[in-house]
Amino acid sequence: MLDFWVVCAAYAAVASLSPTQEGIEMADGTGPGRITLSGIVFGLSMLVLIVVSLYYFIGQPYWFPALTSTHGGQIDQVFGAVLLVTGIAFIVVQGMLGYFVARYGSQGTERAAYWHDNPKAEAILLIGTAVILTVLVFMGQRVWANIYFADRPANALVIEVVGQQFSWNFRYAGADGQFGKIDPKFISGTDAFGLDPSDPTGKDDIISTNEVHVINGRPALFRLRSNDVIHSFFLPNARVKQDAVPGMQIDIWYTPDTQNSERNAFEVACAELCGLAHYRMRGFMTVDPNEGELDKWFKEIKQ
Amino acid sequence: MGMHDKHATEHAHHELGFVRKYIFSTDHKVIGVQYLITAMAMAIVGGVLSMLMRLQLAFPSQMLPSMGSIMPDAFAGGIMKPEFYASLVTMHGTIMVFFLFTAVLTGGFGNFLIPLQIGARDMAFPFLNALSYWIFLLSCIVIFAALFVAGGGPLGGWTSYAPLSAVEAFGPGQGLGMTLWITAIALFTASGLMGGLNYVTTILTMRTKGMSMMRLPLTQWSLLITAILGLLAFPVLLAAGILLIFDRTGGTSFFVPAGLITADMKLVQHAGGHPLLWQHLFWFFGHPEVYIVILPAMGMASDILSTFCRKPIFSYRMMVYSMAAIAILSFIVWGHHMFVSGMSPFLGSVFTLTTLLIAVPSAVKTFNWLGTVWGARIRFTAAGLFAIGFVSLFVSGGLSGIFLGTSAADIQLQDTYFVVAHFHLVMAIAPLFAAFGGLYYWFPKMFGRFMNETLGKIHFWLSFVGVYCVFFPMHIIGIGGQMRRLYDPTQYDFLKSQQGVNVFISISAFILFAAQFIFLANFLFSIFAGRRVTEKNPWHATTLEWTVPSPTGHGNFGEELPTVYRWPFDFSLPGAKEDFVPQDVAPVAATGRK
Repeated sequence: MLDFWVVCAAYAAVASLSPTQEGIEMADGTGPGRITLSGIVFGLSMLVLIVVSLYYFIGQPYWFPALTSTHGGQIDQVFGAVLLVTGIAFIVVQGMLGYFVARYGSQGTERAAYWHDNPKAEAILLIGTAVILTVLVFMGQRVWANIYFADRPANALVIEVVGQQFSWNFRYAGADGQFGKIDPKFISGTDAFGLDPSDPTGKDDIISTNEVHVINGRPALFRLRSNDVIHSFFLPNARVKQDAVPGMQIDIWYTPDTQNSERNAFEVACAELCGLAHYRMRGFMTVDPNEGELDKWFKEIKQ
Repeated sequence: MGMHDKHATEHAHHELGFVRKYIFSTDHKVIGVQYLITAMAMAIVGGVLSMLMRLQLAFPSQMLPSMGSIMPDAFAGGIMKPEFYASLVTMHGTIMVFFLFTAVLTGGFGNFLIPLQIGARDMAFPFLNALSYWIFLLSCIVIFAALFVAGGGPLGGWTSYAPLSAVEAFGPGQGLGMTLWITAIALFTASGLMGGLNYVTTILTMRTKGMSMMRLPLTQWSLLITAILGLLAFPVLLAAGILLIFDRTGGTSFFVPAGLITADMKLVQHAGGHPLLWQHLFWFFGHPEVYIVILPAMGMASDILSTFCRKPIFSYRMMVYSMAAIAILSFIVWGHHMFVSGMSPFLGSVFTLTTLLIAVPSAVKTFNWLGTVWGARIRFTAAGLFAIGFVSLFVSGGLSGIFLGTSAADIQLQDTYFVVAHFHLVMAIAPLFAAFGGLYYWFPKMFGRFMNETLGKIHFWLSFVGVYCVFFPMHIIGIGGQMRRLYDPTQYDFLKSQQGVNVFISISAFILFAAQFIFLANFLFSIFAGRRVTEKNPWHATTLEWTVPSPTGHGNFGEELPTVYRWPFDFSLPGAKEDFVPQDVAPVAATGRK
């Protein structure tokens, strides 16, 4: 913690020891200015900023949670592409700013260069930026389209999700493959879905609170709703995030893939402030290796 | 104009009593300073709230018996209550966005600078201007009161998403606290509209002879564009707020759908509304609001930077055009706040495109600031350092916006600390630095005294290192997945390994906050005992406010209004005697740009 402050103080000390150097004054002001304490400290600050950033973004002592989905790799790749472009821009711009500030100091008498327009350079920079950003838009949108404009998988495991203050509720169709009818008037402290007791297809529905199972390699389709306020269904490892909005039913799907992870149990988070106990709206996801394990869990619930 | 001048000059000679002169004044300079000081008081409130948040985030749910005895309602048994934390989040954001930044940049600097820099005696509508301040003050009192009412402050965040904000039963602060929040925002909006009308009218109609639009200082351009943005955006927020009040008290259902259940299993009596409608209305206002904060900061930083670089701003024209482009585009990017909200993913593609478009004029401005510093002869004053710091912080905060604007990357980053890091740097800390620069720079013109430069530089260095230590690591924990507005990150196993970063951020934040008292002491002390300003133009600047005494009386200019002959950036003009040529100097020997 104190490192940064110590380093900053050290800069000031080093810079104050170095003698003030007089640069060569040129008529057009393009020659170097004077070496000033403030300029040097600022320049070195930018250098430290760049080096520390490189360490954290390339060394990655902290990084994304372990990836557990097939589509998540593409999201991480888009992040990486944007990181490359913005990282270069960051280093160039902060570096130039630091260099200029260190180089073009004055002690109150010298004159600066008098130039203030360069249409050619401006046009090149403007068009260059626009081209780079356009490339990023298309790269990102290819991934966005792969995730959102794809056909829904036929063999998906369908799971209804209902957010409520402050728990995640999950429902599976059960053996008959059909979800029973629901109605808000049947919602109770033990049933966030409001299963209609007169509907036989609902008898075998599997309902679980804060615990959800999916199968490795089989697409899972989540049908999101909310009983009260907006929640956000966040699977940090799977790179899945979707708000659960009251009055709406939103389908999202992804394919679990745990080959990059030693574990098969992960957390489900709420990412949208939903009230006083928002921070406790936490669920658990288990990625089962096969259908048999899932059925075992269903049986445990039914008992 | 002639009649007006004569009338105003007479006004200048007329002596007013203390109350009319300093309290119920219609002088734009007094109103500007009133805005500044009120907003600074709100900044202290907002800052203290954020310190409480950082305390909880670094040391979640620890016993703090001393806090418990100071605020027994907020700390049950010495442990901060989660609903208190949520209300801190809401109130910190609301106070900082509206009651600090919007107020200080447009209300404070806008009022103080517009007539002085364009060569006018006052605002077009001085009474409306005073009324705008008094309604603003009222709104400050109302929002402050929300912290102390039964149930506590509202807990839905500064965005107040419905239906959490629309139904009282969804949280303890959603009753009176939320009502006061809406009331304060409505009052603030009304005040802002009065100010905005004034700024636009004044800049468009009251410029002195020779002050063509393309000779306006960039501060003036930024304030004009900001005022237009405000006039177009604030009414939408006001309308949304009124609809929300109807939903809460009038039994309507603009934002609340059917079938909602409260915690005690009661059916909410609403049907037919849509929660996303609130988000669309809020962000249609909310995104231009971001630029309402950042544009004046850009304008002021540009003028201050050029002055202390002793070099013309690079590409004045592109600076103006890019601000205009940002303003127009700011109305078609709001959906990037809603990529995972349930909005159609096709719209997500459209908003990604418009969002990355708006990065182009922002990049142009960055290049132009670099071009200004290139070949400069920088005088390292506190004001100049803050303007340079602004550029660095704007770049750091702006670049992370490209991740968030790319919808595919935003899936993971939305609602995490990556977002918190981004918007704090780009629309809170960068504008804060511009505002500090502006205060050090215009303080002599406001109070006739200087602020202490050495303390100013210490304040700069501690703040500059401090803000990077606080906000840069937030990107890292955001990538790690830490959600924003989270009372206790250690509840989640996947966040536990990065808790040390939270501790680092909090300790840095405490140091950063403490450093601001150096500024506050310097500011207050210097009003009464700072070194006296003996000249009109101590910084050797070029704009019109530096042609009048420091401070100047009601009416600003002497018998005659100044005539403008040149643009505001004739620094280091070859052939000129001094390294600056003020705007009111006629072109005799010195040429320069017209």
